[in-house]
Amino acid sequence: MRYSGWRIIKEALTGHKGWGPVWRDPAPKSEYDYIIVGGGGHGLATAYYLAKQFRQARIAVLEKSYLGSGNVGRNTTIIRSNYLLPGNEPFYEFSLKLWEGLEQDFNYNAMVSQRGIVNLIHTDAARDAATRRGNAMILNGADAVLLDREGVRAMYPWLNFDDARFPIKGGLLQKRGGTVRHDAVAWGYARGADLAGVDLIQNCEVTGMRIENGRILGVETSRGYIGAKKVGVAVAGSSGRVMAHAGMRLPIESHVLQAFVSEGLKPLIDGVITFGAGHFYVSQSDKGGLVFGGDIDGYNSYAQRGNLPVIEDVAEGGMALMPAIGRARLLRAWGGIMDMSMDGSPIIDKTPIEGLYFNGGWCYGGFKATPASGWCFAHLLATDTPHPTATAYRFDRFLKGAMIDEKGQGAQPNLH
Amino acid sequence: MRLTCPLCGDRDRREFYYSGSEDTLTRPAPDAGDAAWDDMLYLRTNPAGVTKDLWYHESGCGSWLVVTRNTVTHEILATERVADRKGAPK
Repeated sequence: MRYSGWRIIKEALTGHKGWGPVWRDPAPKSEYDYIIVGGGGHGLATAYYLAKQFRQARIAVLEKSYLGSGNVGRNTTIIRSNYLLPGNEPFYEFSLKLWEGLEQDFNYNAMVSQRGIVNLIHTDAARDAATRRGNAMILNGADAVLLDREGVRAMYPWLNFDDARFPIKGGLLQKRGGTVRHDAVAWGYARGADLAGVDLIQNCEVTGMRIENGRILGVETSRGYIGAKKVGVAVAGSSGRVMAHAGMRLPIESHVLQAFVSEGLKPLIDGVITFGAGHFYVSQSDKGGLVFGGDIDGYNSYAQRGNLPVIEDVAEGGMALMPAIGRARLLRAWGGIMDMSMDGSPIIDKTPIEGLYFNGGWCYGGFKATPASGWCFAHLLATDTPHPTATAYRFDRFLKGAMIDEKGQGAQPNLH
Repeated sequence: MRLTCPLCGDRDRREFYYSGSEDTLTRPAPDAGDAAWDDMLYLRTNPAGVTKDLWYHESGCGSWLVVTRNTVTHEILATERVADRKGAPK
Protein backbone atom coordinates (compact mmCIF):
# COMPACT_ATOMS: atom_id res chain seq x y z
CA MET A 1 0.00 0.00 0.00
CA ARG A 2 1.54 3.27 -1.12
CA TYR A 3 0.63 6.54 0.52
CA SER A 4 -0.27 9.43 -1.76
CA GLY A 5 -2.54 12.44 -1.93
CA TRP A 6 -4.91 10.52 -4.22
CA ARG A 7 -5.10 7.72 -1.74
CA ILE A 8 -6.14 10.10 1.03
CA ILE A 9 -8.87 11.59 -1.15
CA LYS A 10 -10.12 8.14 -2.14
CA GLU A 11 -10.19 6.94 1.47
CA ALA A 12 -11.93 10.13 2.59
CA LEU A 13 -14.70 9.49 0.05
CA THR A 14 -15.07 5.82 1.01
CA GLY A 15 -15.20 6.13 4.79
CA HIS A 16 -11.51 5.28 5.41
CA LYS A 17 -12.29 1.58 5.15
CA GLY A 18 -9.23 0.78 3.04
CA TRP A 19 -6.52 1.45 5.62
CA GLY A 20 -5.01 -1.72 7.04
CA PRO A 21 -2.29 -2.47 9.58
CA VAL A 22 0.95 -0.87 8.40
CA TRP A 23 3.11 -3.91 9.10
CA ARG A 24 2.60 -7.62 9.75
CA ASP A 25 3.00 -9.24 13.17
CA PRO A 26 4.79 -12.48 12.25
CA ALA A 27 5.80 -15.27 14.62
CA PRO A 28 9.55 -15.87 14.66
CA LYS A 29 10.86 -18.55 12.27
CA SER A 30 13.43 -21.06 13.46
CA GLU A 31 16.25 -19.53 11.45
CA TYR A 32 17.19 -16.39 9.54
CA ASP A 33 20.17 -15.23 7.51
CA TYR A 34 20.25 -11.99 9.49
CA ILE A 35 18.94 -11.13 12.91
CA ILE A 36 18.96 -7.47 13.91
CA VAL A 37 18.62 -7.08 17.67
CA GLY A 38 16.81 -3.85 18.48
CA GLY A 39 13.66 -2.47 16.85
CA GLY A 40 14.55 1.18 17.26
CA GLY A 41 15.55 3.69 14.64
CA HIS A 42 18.97 2.21 13.94
CA GLY A 43 17.86 -1.43 13.94
CA LEU A 44 14.87 -0.77 11.68
CA ALA A 45 16.97 1.37 9.33
CA THR A 46 19.55 -1.42 9.19
CA ALA A 47 16.92 -4.00 8.26
CA TYR A 48 15.38 -1.62 5.71
CA TYR A 49 18.64 -0.92 3.87
CA LEU A 50 19.80 -4.53 4.21
CA ALA A 51 16.67 -5.69 2.39
CA LYS A 52 16.25 -2.81 -0.03
CA GLN A 53 19.73 -1.52 -0.81
CA PHE A 54 21.81 -4.64 -0.31
CA ARG A 55 19.19 -7.08 -1.63
CA GLN A 56 19.46 -9.52 1.26
CA ALA A 57 16.61 -11.77 2.38
CA ARG A 58 15.55 -13.82 5.42
CA ILE A 59 15.94 -10.91 7.84
CA ALA A 60 14.33 -10.50 11.26
CA VAL A 61 14.31 -7.58 13.69
CA LEU A 62 13.90 -8.61 17.32
CA GLU A 63 12.49 -5.99 19.67
CA LYS A 64 12.05 -6.60 23.41
CA SER A 65 9.11 -4.18 23.64
CA TYR A 66 7.23 -2.40 20.83
CA LEU A 67 8.89 -0.89 17.75
CA GLY A 68 10.40 2.51 18.38
CA SER A 69 10.01 2.22 22.15
CA GLY A 70 13.54 3.38 22.97
CA ASN A 71 15.61 6.42 22.18
CA VAL A 72 14.16 7.04 18.72
CA GLY A 73 11.09 8.34 20.54
CA ARG A 74 12.93 9.98 23.44
CA ASN A 75 15.24 12.48 21.71
CA THR A 76 14.91 16.14 20.74
CA THR A 77 14.53 15.32 17.00
CA ILE A 78 17.46 17.38 15.70
CA ILE A 79 19.34 16.55 12.52
CA ARG A 80 22.61 18.24 11.53
CA SER A 81 26.07 17.47 10.17
CA ASN A 82 28.14 20.14 11.92
CA TYR A 83 31.02 17.93 13.03
CA LEU A 84 34.72 18.70 12.84
CA LEU A 85 36.85 15.57 12.64
CA PRO A 86 37.61 13.54 9.50
CA GLY A 87 36.30 10.30 11.08
CA ASN A 88 32.92 11.90 11.81
CA GLU A 89 32.01 14.64 9.35
CA PRO A 90 31.73 12.54 6.13
CA PHE A 91 29.50 10.07 7.99
CA TYR A 92 27.14 12.70 9.38
CA GLU A 93 26.98 14.52 6.04
CA PHE A 94 26.10 11.19 4.39
CA SER A 95 23.35 10.87 6.99
CA LEU A 96 22.01 14.37 6.32
CA LYS A 97 21.89 13.63 2.58
CA LEU A 98 19.92 10.45 3.32
CA TRP A 99 17.51 12.48 5.48
CA GLU A 100 16.95 14.81 2.53
CA GLY A 101 15.64 11.99 0.34
CA LEU A 102 14.22 9.78 3.06
CA GLU A 103 10.51 10.46 2.79
CA GLN A 104 10.45 9.83 -0.96
CA ASP A 105 12.60 6.76 -0.47
CA PHE A 106 10.43 5.01 2.09
CA ASN A 107 7.13 6.68 1.07
CA TYR A 108 6.28 7.92 4.55
CA ASN A 109 5.84 11.41 5.92
CA ALA A 110 8.58 11.83 8.52
CA MET A 111 8.18 15.62 8.50
CA VAL A 112 11.83 16.26 7.69
CA SER A 113 12.10 20.01 8.20
CA GLN A 114 15.39 21.71 7.28
CA ARG A 115 14.78 24.78 9.38
CA GLY A 116 18.42 25.52 10.18
CA ILE A 117 20.57 25.13 13.28
CA VAL A 118 22.68 27.89 14.88
CA ASN A 119 25.53 27.25 17.32
CA LEU A 120 26.05 30.48 19.25
CA ILE A 121 29.47 32.14 19.60
CA HIS A 122 30.45 34.23 22.63
CA THR A 123 34.20 34.82 22.37
CA ASP A 124 36.94 35.36 19.77
CA ALA A 125 38.28 31.88 20.51
CA ALA A 126 34.86 30.36 19.94
CA ARG A 127 34.60 32.25 16.64
CA ASP A 128 37.95 30.79 15.54
CA ALA A 129 36.74 27.31 16.50
CA ALA A 130 33.44 27.84 14.67
CA THR A 131 35.29 29.09 11.57
CA ARG A 132 37.46 26.00 11.59
CA ARG A 133 34.45 23.75 12.07
CA GLY A 134 32.54 25.51 9.29
CA ASN A 135 35.48 25.07 6.92
CA ALA A 136 35.74 21.37 7.83
CA MET A 137 32.05 21.00 7.08
CA ILE A 138 32.33 22.74 3.70
CA LEU A 139 35.37 20.63 2.78
CA ASN A 140 33.23 17.54 3.36
CA GLY A 141 30.36 18.74 1.19
CA ALA A 142 28.18 20.16 3.95
CA ASP A 143 26.97 23.74 4.24
CA ALA A 144 28.00 26.29 6.83
CA VAL A 145 27.53 30.05 7.27
CA LEU A 146 29.40 32.13 9.83
CA LEU A 147 27.02 34.74 11.25
CA ASP A 148 28.04 37.91 13.03
CA ARG A 149 26.07 39.34 15.91
CA GLU A 150 23.67 41.19 13.64
CA GLY A 151 23.17 38.07 11.57
CA VAL A 152 21.97 36.20 14.66
CA ARG A 153 19.91 39.19 15.74
CA ALA A 154 18.09 39.23 12.40
CA MET A 155 17.01 35.63 13.02
CA TYR A 156 16.27 35.73 16.75
CA PRO A 157 15.96 39.34 17.94
CA TRP A 158 14.60 38.31 21.33
CA LEU A 159 17.73 36.43 22.48
CA ASN A 160 19.66 37.94 25.39
CA PHE A 161 22.54 39.45 23.37
CA ASP A 162 24.11 41.33 26.25
CA ASP A 163 24.33 38.64 28.90
CA ALA A 164 27.25 39.64 31.15
CA ARG A 165 28.89 36.21 31.10
CA PHE A 166 28.06 34.98 27.57
CA PRO A 167 27.23 37.92 25.28
CA ILE A 168 26.22 36.68 21.82
CA LYS A 169 28.93 37.58 19.29
CA GLY A 170 27.77 35.47 16.37
CA GLY A 171 26.84 31.98 15.33
CA LEU A 172 27.65 29.06 13.06
CA LEU A 173 24.59 28.33 10.95
CA GLN A 174 23.87 25.12 9.09
CA LYS A 175 20.78 25.85 7.03
CA ARG A 176 20.29 22.21 6.02
CA GLY A 177 20.06 21.10 9.64
CA GLY A 178 16.66 20.91 11.26
CA THR A 179 14.18 18.60 12.91
CA VAL A 180 12.28 15.43 12.02
CA ARG A 181 9.15 13.82 13.46
CA HIS A 182 11.09 11.15 15.36
CA ASP A 183 8.45 8.43 15.86
CA ALA A 184 7.60 8.61 12.17
CA VAL A 185 11.21 7.70 11.38
CA ALA A 186 10.81 4.42 13.24
CA TRP A 187 7.40 3.81 11.66
CA GLY A 188 8.58 4.67 8.16
CA TYR A 189 11.59 2.36 8.36
CA ALA A 190 9.46 -0.37 9.97
CA ARG A 191 6.87 -0.16 7.23
CA GLY A 192 9.53 -0.06 4.52
CA ALA A 193 11.35 -3.05 5.99
CA ASP A 194 8.13 -5.01 6.38
CA LEU A 195 7.18 -4.32 2.75
CA ALA A 196 10.62 -5.60 1.73
CA GLY A 197 9.94 -8.88 3.53
CA VAL A 198 11.64 -8.30 6.88
CA ASP A 199 9.99 -10.01 9.86
CA LEU A 200 9.50 -7.43 12.63
CA ILE A 201 9.15 -9.45 15.82
CA GLN A 202 8.01 -7.50 18.86
CA ASN A 203 7.91 -8.49 22.54
CA CYS A 204 10.89 -10.70 21.82
CA GLU A 205 13.77 -10.02 24.19
CA VAL A 206 17.18 -11.52 23.55
CA THR A 207 18.10 -13.40 26.73
CA GLY A 208 21.22 -15.17 25.55
CA MET A 209 23.51 -15.88 22.62
CA ARG A 210 24.51 -19.33 21.42
CA ILE A 211 28.20 -19.15 20.60
CA GLU A 212 30.33 -22.17 19.71
CA ASN A 213 33.98 -22.22 18.66
CA GLY A 214 34.06 -18.45 18.40
CA ARG A 215 31.08 -18.29 16.09
CA ILE A 216 27.51 -17.17 16.78
CA LEU A 217 24.81 -19.70 15.89
CA GLY A 218 21.75 -17.81 17.06
CA VAL A 219 20.05 -16.08 19.95
CA GLU A 220 17.96 -17.26 22.87
CA THR A 221 14.88 -15.10 23.20
CA SER A 222 11.75 -14.78 25.32
CA ARG A 223 9.99 -16.40 22.32
CA GLY A 224 12.41 -19.31 21.96
CA TYR A 225 15.71 -19.97 20.23
CA ILE A 226 16.24 -18.40 16.79
CA GLY A 227 19.15 -19.42 14.61
CA ALA A 228 21.03 -16.95 12.42
CA LYS A 229 24.03 -16.78 10.11
CA LYS A 230 24.73 -13.20 11.18
CA VAL A 231 23.53 -11.22 14.19
CA GLY A 232 23.71 -7.42 14.29
CA VAL A 233 23.14 -5.69 17.61
CA ALA A 234 21.79 -2.11 17.45
CA VAL A 235 20.45 -1.43 20.92
CA ALA A 236 22.19 1.79 21.98
CA GLY A 237 21.32 2.50 25.60
CA SER A 238 21.23 -1.22 26.40
CA SER A 239 24.43 -2.21 24.62
CA GLY A 240 26.16 -3.27 27.85
CA ARG A 241 23.27 -5.54 28.77
CA VAL A 242 22.95 -7.25 25.40
CA MET A 243 26.66 -7.63 24.64
CA ALA A 244 27.18 -9.16 28.09
CA HIS A 245 25.41 -12.21 26.60
CA ALA A 246 28.44 -12.53 24.33
CA GLY A 247 30.81 -12.01 27.26
CA MET A 248 32.00 -8.67 25.88
CA ARG A 249 32.92 -5.56 27.79
CA LEU A 250 32.49 -2.37 25.78
CA PRO A 251 34.17 1.06 25.73
CA ILE A 252 30.79 2.43 26.82
CA GLU A 253 29.01 3.64 29.95
CA SER A 254 25.22 4.12 30.06
CA HIS A 255 24.16 7.61 31.10
CA VAL A 256 20.80 9.31 31.44
CA LEU A 257 19.98 12.41 29.38
CA GLN A 258 16.89 14.45 30.11
CA ALA A 259 14.78 16.48 27.70
CA PHE A 260 11.88 18.84 28.17
CA VAL A 261 8.82 20.24 26.43
CA SER A 262 6.96 23.40 27.38
CA GLU A 263 3.26 24.04 26.91
CA GLY A 264 2.25 24.90 23.34
CA LEU A 265 3.12 28.48 22.35
CA LYS A 266 2.62 30.62 19.27
CA PRO A 267 5.43 30.42 16.68
CA LEU A 268 8.62 31.83 18.21
CA ILE A 269 11.59 29.74 17.11
CA ASP A 270 11.66 28.62 13.50
CA GLY A 271 14.98 26.79 13.73
CA VAL A 272 17.25 25.15 16.28
CA ILE A 273 19.44 27.22 18.64
CA THR A 274 22.29 25.70 20.60
CA PHE A 275 23.90 27.54 23.50
CA GLY A 276 26.82 25.24 24.21
CA ALA A 277 28.45 27.54 26.75
CA GLY A 278 25.28 27.50 28.83
CA HIS A 279 24.45 23.81 28.32
CA PHE A 280 21.12 24.53 26.64
CA TYR A 281 19.56 23.99 23.22
CA VAL A 282 16.05 24.62 22.01
CA SER A 283 13.69 24.29 19.06
CA GLN A 284 9.93 24.55 18.70
CA SER A 285 7.80 21.64 17.64
CA ASP A 286 5.09 21.95 15.02
CA LYS A 287 2.55 21.70 17.85
CA GLY A 288 4.11 24.78 19.46
CA GLY A 289 5.92 23.27 22.43
CA LEU A 290 9.47 24.42 23.06
CA VAL A 291 11.64 21.30 22.95
CA PHE A 292 14.85 21.75 24.91
CA GLY A 293 17.59 20.02 26.81
CA GLY A 294 21.07 20.28 28.20
CA ASP A 295 23.77 18.04 29.61
CA ILE A 296 23.60 14.43 30.70
CA ASP A 297 23.09 13.92 34.43
CA GLY A 298 26.72 12.86 34.72
CA TYR A 299 26.63 9.43 36.34
CA ASN A 300 25.96 5.99 34.88
CA SER A 301 22.30 4.95 34.91
CA TYR A 302 19.76 2.67 33.26
CA ALA A 303 16.79 4.38 34.93
CA GLN A 304 15.26 6.38 32.02
CA ARG A 305 14.67 9.21 34.48
CA GLY A 306 17.00 11.88 35.73
CA ASN A 307 17.47 14.03 38.78
CA LEU A 308 16.37 17.56 39.63
CA PRO A 309 19.79 19.32 39.58
CA VAL A 310 20.01 18.97 35.80
CA ILE A 311 16.49 20.33 35.37
CA GLU A 312 17.57 23.38 37.35
CA ASP A 313 20.77 23.69 35.29
CA VAL A 314 18.87 23.50 32.00
CA ALA A 315 16.30 26.03 33.22
CA GLU A 316 19.11 28.41 34.20
CA GLY A 317 20.67 28.04 30.74
CA GLY A 318 17.31 28.77 29.16
CA MET A 319 16.78 31.87 31.29
CA ALA A 320 20.27 33.16 30.47
CA LEU A 321 19.73 32.77 26.73
CA MET A 322 16.08 33.68 26.31
CA PRO A 323 14.52 35.26 29.41
CA ALA A 324 11.10 35.01 27.74
CA ILE A 325 11.16 31.26 28.44
CA GLY A 326 10.53 32.07 32.11
CA ARG A 327 6.90 32.75 31.26
CA ALA A 328 6.37 29.30 29.72
CA ARG A 329 5.34 26.35 31.84
CA LEU A 330 7.11 23.02 31.63
CA LEU A 331 4.77 20.38 30.31
CA ARG A 332 6.86 17.23 30.22
CA ALA A 333 10.33 16.00 31.14
CA TRP A 334 11.77 12.60 30.41
CA GLY A 335 15.04 10.71 30.40
CA GLY A 336 16.65 8.40 27.88
CA ILE A 337 19.64 6.12 28.30
CA MET A 338 22.68 6.95 26.20
CA ASP A 339 25.56 4.72 25.21
CA MET A 340 28.29 7.17 26.22
CA SER A 341 31.48 5.98 24.56
CA MET A 342 35.00 6.68 25.70
CA ASP A 343 35.71 9.26 22.98
CA GLY A 344 32.19 10.53 22.27
CA SER A 345 31.99 8.76 18.90
CA PRO A 346 30.10 5.63 17.85
CA ILE A 347 31.12 2.09 16.92
CA ILE A 348 29.97 0.17 13.83
CA ASP A 349 32.17 -2.88 13.67
CA LYS A 350 32.60 -6.63 13.71
CA THR A 351 33.21 -8.24 17.09
CA PRO A 352 35.82 -10.90 17.88
CA ILE A 353 32.95 -13.42 17.61
CA GLU A 354 32.42 -14.49 14.02
CA GLY A 355 28.98 -13.55 12.74
CA LEU A 356 28.32 -11.06 15.55
CA TYR A 357 28.29 -7.36 14.64
CA PHE A 358 27.86 -4.31 16.82
CA ASN A 359 26.37 -0.85 16.31
CA GLY A 360 26.30 1.47 19.33
CA GLY A 361 28.05 4.10 21.38
CA TRP A 362 25.99 6.91 19.85
CA CYS A 363 26.20 9.11 22.94
CA TYR A 364 23.43 11.71 22.65
CA GLY A 365 23.86 12.10 18.89
CA GLY A 366 22.22 8.94 17.65
CA PHE A 367 19.00 10.30 16.20
CA LYS A 368 20.57 12.39 13.43
CA ALA A 369 22.74 9.42 12.53
CA THR A 370 19.83 7.01 12.05
CA PRO A 371 19.81 6.73 8.21
CA ALA A 372 23.59 6.51 7.79
CA SER A 373 23.93 4.22 10.80
CA GLY A 374 21.41 1.84 9.25
CA TRP A 375 23.02 2.08 5.82
CA CYS A 376 26.58 1.58 7.09
CA PHE A 377 25.62 -1.26 9.43
CA ALA A 378 23.74 -2.98 6.59
CA HIS A 379 26.84 -2.47 4.41
CA LEU A 380 29.01 -4.13 7.05
CA LEU A 381 26.57 -7.01 7.56
CA ALA A 382 26.10 -7.66 3.86
CA THR A 383 29.67 -7.21 2.62
CA ASP A 384 31.83 -7.75 5.73
CA THR A 385 33.61 -4.48 4.90
CA PRO A 386 32.98 -1.09 6.49
CA HIS A 387 31.21 1.59 4.49
CA PRO A 388 33.70 4.28 3.32
CA THR A 389 32.19 6.87 5.67
CA ALA A 390 32.33 4.57 8.71
CA THR A 391 35.84 3.14 8.54
CA ALA A 392 36.94 4.96 11.71
CA TYR A 393 34.16 3.56 13.92
CA ARG A 394 36.19 0.56 15.04
CA PHE A 395 36.42 -1.19 18.39
CA ASP A 396 40.22 -1.18 18.34
CA ARG A 397 40.60 2.58 17.93
CA PHE A 398 41.08 2.88 21.70
CA LEU A 399 43.78 0.23 21.81
CA LYS A 400 45.50 1.83 18.83
CA GLY A 401 45.15 5.43 20.00
CA ALA A 402 43.00 6.43 17.02
CA MET A 403 40.21 8.04 19.06
CA ILE A 404 37.68 10.40 17.43
CA ASP A 405 37.32 12.85 20.28
CA GLU A 406 35.39 15.90 18.99
CA LYS A 407 35.58 17.67 22.33
CA GLY A 408 39.10 16.58 23.29
CA GLN A 409 37.95 15.38 26.70
CA GLY A 410 39.77 12.08 26.98
CA ALA A 411 38.43 8.73 28.08
CA GLN A 412 35.73 9.99 30.41
CA PRO A 413 32.27 9.26 29.02
CA ASN A 414 30.38 11.77 31.18
CA LEU A 415 32.36 14.67 29.69
CA HIS A 416 31.51 14.06 26.02
CA MET B 1 19.79 11.60 44.79
CA ARG B 2 21.81 12.03 47.99
CA LEU B 3 25.08 10.42 48.99
CA THR B 4 26.33 9.76 52.50
CA CYS B 5 29.94 10.79 52.87
CA PRO B 6 31.57 8.86 55.74
CA LEU B 7 33.14 12.11 56.98
CA CYS B 8 30.52 14.75 56.15
CA GLY B 9 27.26 12.82 56.42
CA ASP B 10 24.21 12.89 54.16
CA ARG B 11 24.82 15.39 51.33
CA ASP B 12 23.24 16.56 48.08
CA ARG B 13 24.42 14.80 44.92
CA ARG B 14 25.63 18.15 43.53
CA GLU B 15 28.52 18.21 46.02
CA PHE B 16 30.00 15.12 44.37
CA TYR B 17 31.66 14.48 41.06
CA TYR B 18 31.24 11.11 39.37
CA SER B 19 34.44 9.68 37.98
CA GLY B 20 33.65 6.25 36.58
CA SER B 21 33.93 2.64 37.63
CA GLU B 22 35.98 1.65 40.68
CA ASP B 23 37.68 -0.91 38.40
CA THR B 24 40.08 1.88 37.50
CA LEU B 25 41.54 1.72 41.03
CA THR B 26 43.13 -1.58 40.07
CA ARG B 27 45.94 -0.83 37.67
CA PRO B 28 47.79 -3.41 35.64
CA ALA B 29 51.54 -3.64 36.03
CA PRO B 30 53.41 -1.12 33.85
CA ASP B 31 54.62 -3.96 31.61
CA ALA B 32 51.30 -5.87 31.55
CA GLY B 33 50.87 -5.13 27.85
CA ASP B 34 48.52 -3.10 25.67
CA ALA B 35 45.53 -5.38 26.07
CA ALA B 36 45.53 -5.15 29.88
CA TRP B 37 45.87 -1.37 29.81
CA ASP B 38 43.18 -1.06 27.12
CA ASP B 39 40.91 -3.13 29.33
CA MET B 40 41.50 -0.94 32.39
CA LEU B 41 41.36 2.42 30.62
CA TYR B 42 38.58 1.91 28.10
CA LEU B 43 36.42 -1.16 28.71
CA ARG B 44 33.56 -1.19 31.20
CA THR B 45 31.25 -3.86 32.59
CA ASN B 46 28.52 -1.19 32.81
CA PRO B 47 25.96 -3.32 34.66
CA ALA B 48 22.21 -2.69 34.75
CA GLY B 49 21.93 -3.23 38.49
CA VAL B 50 24.43 -2.90 41.32
CA THR B 51 27.62 -1.08 40.45
CA LYS B 52 30.59 0.33 42.36
CA ASP B 53 31.78 3.72 41.19
CA LEU B 54 34.22 6.41 42.21
CA TRP B 55 32.81 9.73 43.35
CA TYR B 56 34.84 12.73 44.48
CA HIS B 57 33.43 14.91 47.27
CA GLU B 58 34.65 18.09 45.62
CA SER B 59 32.41 20.55 47.50
CA GLY B 60 33.03 18.80 50.80
CA CYS B 61 35.95 17.07 52.43
CA GLY B 62 37.72 16.17 49.18
CA SER B 63 37.50 12.43 49.82
CA TRP B 64 37.39 9.91 47.02
CA LEU B 65 34.51 7.51 47.69
CA VAL B 66 33.51 4.12 46.38
CA VAL B 67 29.72 4.28 46.08
CA THR B 68 27.70 1.08 45.71
CA ARG B 69 24.58 2.04 43.78
CA ASN B 70 21.82 0.45 41.73
CA THR B 71 21.87 1.92 38.22
CA VAL B 72 18.27 0.92 37.55
CA THR B 73 16.68 2.40 40.70
CA HIS B 74 19.33 5.01 41.68
CA GLU B 75 19.31 3.51 45.19
CA ILE B 76 22.53 4.10 47.15
CA LEU B 77 23.53 0.90 48.93
CA ALA B 78 26.85 1.84 50.55
CA THR B 79 29.56 4.48 50.54
CA GLU B 80 33.13 4.00 51.59
CA ARG B 81 36.24 6.16 51.51
CA VAL B 82 38.93 4.83 49.18
CA ALA B 83 41.48 5.80 51.83
CA ASP B 84 39.78 3.52 54.38
CA ARG B 85 40.12 0.46 52.18
CA LYS B 86 42.58 -2.26 53.07
CA GLY B 87 45.89 -1.68 51.37
CA ALA B 88 45.07 1.90 50.38
CA PRO B 89 48.13 4.16 50.11
CA LYS B 90 48.38 6.36 53.20
